[in-house]
Amino acid sequence: MKGILGKKIGMSQIFDETGKVIPVTAIQAGPCRVVQVKTAGRDGYAAVQLGFEAAKVNRPRAGHFARAGLEPQAYLRELPAEAEQYQEGQQLRADVFEPGERVDVVGTSRGKGFQGGVRRWGFGRGPMTHGSKYHRGPGSLAPRSSGGGGHVHKGRRMPGHLGNTRVTVRNLTVVRVDPERNLLLIRGAVPGARGSLVLVRQAKSGKGR
Amino acid sequence: MMDALRMLRQEGLRHDLPDFRPGDTVKVHFKVVEGGRERIQAYEGVVIGRRGGGISETFTVRRVSYGVGVERTFPLHSPRIDRLEVTRRGQVRRAKLFYLRGLTGKAARIKERRS
Repeated sequence: MKGILGKKIGMSQIFDETGKVIPVTAIQAGPCRVVQVKTAGRDGYAAVQLGFEAAKVNRPRAGHFARAGLEPQAYLRELPAEAEQYQEGQQLRADVFEPGERVDVVGTSRGKGFQGGVRRWGFGRGPMTHGSKYHRGPGSLAPRSSGGGGHVHKGRRMPGHLGNTRVTVRNLTVVRVDPERNLLLIRGAVPGARGSLVLVRQAKSGKGR
Repeated sequence: MMDALRMLRQEGLRHDLPDFRPGDTVKVHFKVVEGGRERIQAYEGVVIGRRGGGISETFTVRRVSYGVGVERTFPLHSPRIDRLEVTRRGQVRRAKLFYLRGLTGKAARIKERRS
């Protein structure tokens, strides 16, 4: 599978040939390095390990990169791929993708802290006035007795931590590729804050496959 | 990284359009596609506001056409704007002229700006 690591830069808009406005997210995609090629025979599964951005690492970790003849990298991510397509030490740039291609973008959503059920799960709220004392609470958690009641089911949606989780947005269109500056412009929004790591990979489903 | 974003937002900005402000009367020559053919349509009216910045800036033009108020919002940097003329400069005291919507005829006049 084709893919590349990058950093979300931010959103903007561009005009297409017909003058229509397209909302885009700019991603600083690569340059990435192939740090390790895993094969089914040796590692039990076929994958390619990509590294992104130079970093200082301790000695044991540095050895892993030295084997591929590379500088230490800050981020490592794997993609399922057959060994023939990749060589260790190879450099990947934004031009692995072409305009019009469909991609999935994986990122870490912005952390929103401890949130109530209304924001976290879309619960309805009660009346704020007219004597109501029930405003934004979670409501009833479970029946008291009938039909196997008396306990709260596992997975019951409740207030808690929202965001800062892995989120995948599927089937986005690559609008523009700038190999010189290693930029990808992708139509629509992408998870994460500006400057956060994102993985752009070939779409797993949908029309553009 | 922020520079890359700033650079990206600079791209495609149009510097060929004249300066204009809310209260000015402008004539927008806008390319429209009609039945597969492209032609240029002129739309003249009072600018009642500009919003946004950079590549996403837009402006709204109001005119009264056959007794009906019409407002159109154009992206300022749209390649579909062929040409833009300022036909009259207006002197106004606010940035958004939404109050014009409630006024007609004599009351909706705008004083000319002399510089």
